[in-house]
Amino acid sequence: MGTSVFYFVATLSVIFSLMVIFSKNPVHSVLYLIVTFFTFTVHYILLNAQFLAVVNFIVYMGAIMVLFLFVLMLLNLNKDNEPLKSTLVKVVGVIAGCCLVVTLVGTLKATAISDPVILRNPNLGLVKNLGKELFGPFMLPFELCSILLLSAMVGAILLTKKEKV
Amino acid sequence: MEPLTSKKKVLEQKPLSFAERMYLPAIFKGMAITISHFFKKEATIRYPEVQREFSTNFRGMHSLKRDEEGKERCTACGLCALSCPAEAITMIAAERKPEEIDLYREEKYASVYEINMLRCIFCGLCEEACPKEAIYLDGPIVPSDYLRKDFIYGKDKLVEQPLNKK
Amino acid sequence: MDIAFVIEKFVLVAIIFGISLVIAMYSTYAERKVAAFLQDRLGPDRAGPFGILQPLADGVKMFMKEEIVPSNASKWLFMVGPGLAMLTACIGTAVIPWGSPIAIGDRIIPLQVADINVGLLYIFGVVSLGVYGVMIGGWASNNKYSLLSAIRAASQNISYEIAMGLSIIALLLVTGTMSLKEIVDGQHGWRWNVLYQPLGFLLFMICSFAETNRAPFDLPECETELIGGYHTEYSSMKLGFYLFAEYINMFVSAAVMATLYFGGYNYPGMDWVLANTGPVIGPLIGTGVFFIKIFAFIFFFMWVRWTIPRFRYDQLMHLGWKVLIPLAIANIVVTGVVIAVIEGF
Repeated sequence: MGTSVFYFVATLSVIFSLMVIFSKNPVHSVLYLIVTFFTFTVHYILLNAQFLAVVNFIVYMGAIMVLFLFVLMLLNLNKDNEPLKSTLVKVVGVIAGCCLVVTLVGTLKATAISDPVILRNPNLGLVKNLGKELFGPFMLPFELCSILLLSAMVGAILLTKKEKV
Repeated sequence: MEPLTSKKKVLEQKPLSFAERMYLPAIFKGMAITISHFFKKEATIRYPEVQREFSTNFRGMHSLKRDEEGKERCTACGLCALSCPAEAITMIAAERKPEEIDLYREEKYASVYEINMLRCIFCGLCEEACPKEAIYLDGPIVPSDYLRKDFIYGKDKLVEQPLNKK
Repeated sequence: MDIAFVIEKFVLVAIIFGISLVIAMYSTYAERKVAAFLQDRLGPDRAGPFGILQPLADGVKMFMKEEIVPSNASKWLFMVGPGLAMLTACIGTAVIPWGSPIAIGDRIIPLQVADINVGLLYIFGVVSLGVYGVMIGGWASNNKYSLLSAIRAASQNISYEIAMGLSIIALLLVTGTMSLKEIVDGQHGWRWNVLYQPLGFLLFMICSFAETNRAPFDLPECETELIGGYHTEYSSMKLGFYLFAEYINMFVSAAVMATLYFGGYNYPGMDWVLANTGPVIGPLIGTGVFFIKIFAFIFFFMWVRWTIPRFRYDQLMHLGWKVLIPLAIANIVVTGVVIAVIEGF
């Protein structure tokens, strides 16, 4: 039961992520990306990580993708005003894509060799346990992450107010 | 410009105080006002079932009157048509036959009497002009209709019902 | 046993779905009646006694109308929009505890579809998803007014979600759990959360007005500026879905407010009532109390709508970012300090 659901959802995520790349309309792309994120949420639930699932749901689907959509809807992405891509750009793109594939294959091979990570506590994903982990052993990295985010936020605000400073 | 009257009052626009900028007191005040209206009696009159009384000097649809014996009062003198500023009234006069003495009071009567309700402005001048007290604008509001020809009201619609039929 | 569980949940889902649809239907009627009474009018009174059949007449009208799809609209997304709005409005009801469990024989039936331990976050996620119906519909119509209002809706929802989330965090400090069931059980009798979190409740309520796109925050659909907002191009039952979704949203957020801050199905003297009535009647009385609270909130929503004029867009953003969010943060700090002092660090 569990594995078949996993394979079904996994197939869906692969299909929708391909759709993200192949759809011509950028807004459709973003919508497919949202569906892909939704399948990720289902994956998290299957892994019994309810908190992570809901946070993925709220932050990625509910906030970040809305902003993506927001920007794309305001841009006029018609074919006639899309800048022509020179051959050089295309060649560079192909090389970059090949590099990415090589890296991905490399990492996949590496994971195949290493031992599968065994979750000692299946309820780790629940809020209580996750909170104890985050604010116990992983206190410092967690707080550092928040400081990183805060500085990014301040930086973004500074960029918009450049002329006044 | 010089003010024409001494009633002009310059309002001072002060910046809002902190209490006012909280907005909440003002919102509660507004909500108290609306909820007080919730319990007030509604001003609506359920029109087709309940009708408001017209004022005494209301001028509605015309009616051609009869006298005490049920005879039509109109003698087709044409003064109403003459006085009508909108030229809404037309009539054709006819001579009364001896057997029609119960129907018409005068020897001359209007065989055709038409008012175009699209032209009529309900000024009441016909009423004023009539020497025989035959026309009064004491009816209800003229109803709407689809075709222009249906707004030309003939005697069938204008003449008052005979006394015994009331 | 397993089959019985599935049937039980299925019946519960069907009942809740039906109830929320009926309540949304009659909210449209109630809205018109309340508006009329607040303005010294009568309201709809022609269809049936007191106009009680008016929602049915409206529904029939919506179905009978011609369905128009603008020629340059994105057809699929144009259809998906209202469906999504309806879906996101409906699935919020899944985690709300409607009453204390009913015992039939030795079987205990919880009056809640799913008691997940992140129920509060689930509600929050569903609410944040609600903006997609508006955005997709607004964009797919290929109309500038619709697009503008979709953008407005998105920015409004994102802005007010932050303040809403922060006000919920203060509530979490008090309750110590994210499961709605446990939050409600923690408010037994008179110990309602609104007594501990009055400011949090106020913030949450203002934000839920904004999240449901209700007046005074109904900028996405303001008739005077944007014709009809995101549903300018919609007709027939698609428009009906959008209007309907708004009322379901209102019902759900009223239920959430009653659950989080007004004790859900708890009421003073409930222990006595539970002890003196049966194992079925007692919980159902609690459910009735819960629905009375929900109706009170729905009435409040309407009362506010017919009292306060609409905010201007810059005022809206000012209120959201410069007033509500600092207040919410201050509320969190004060709550945290007080809890720390009481529990003696």
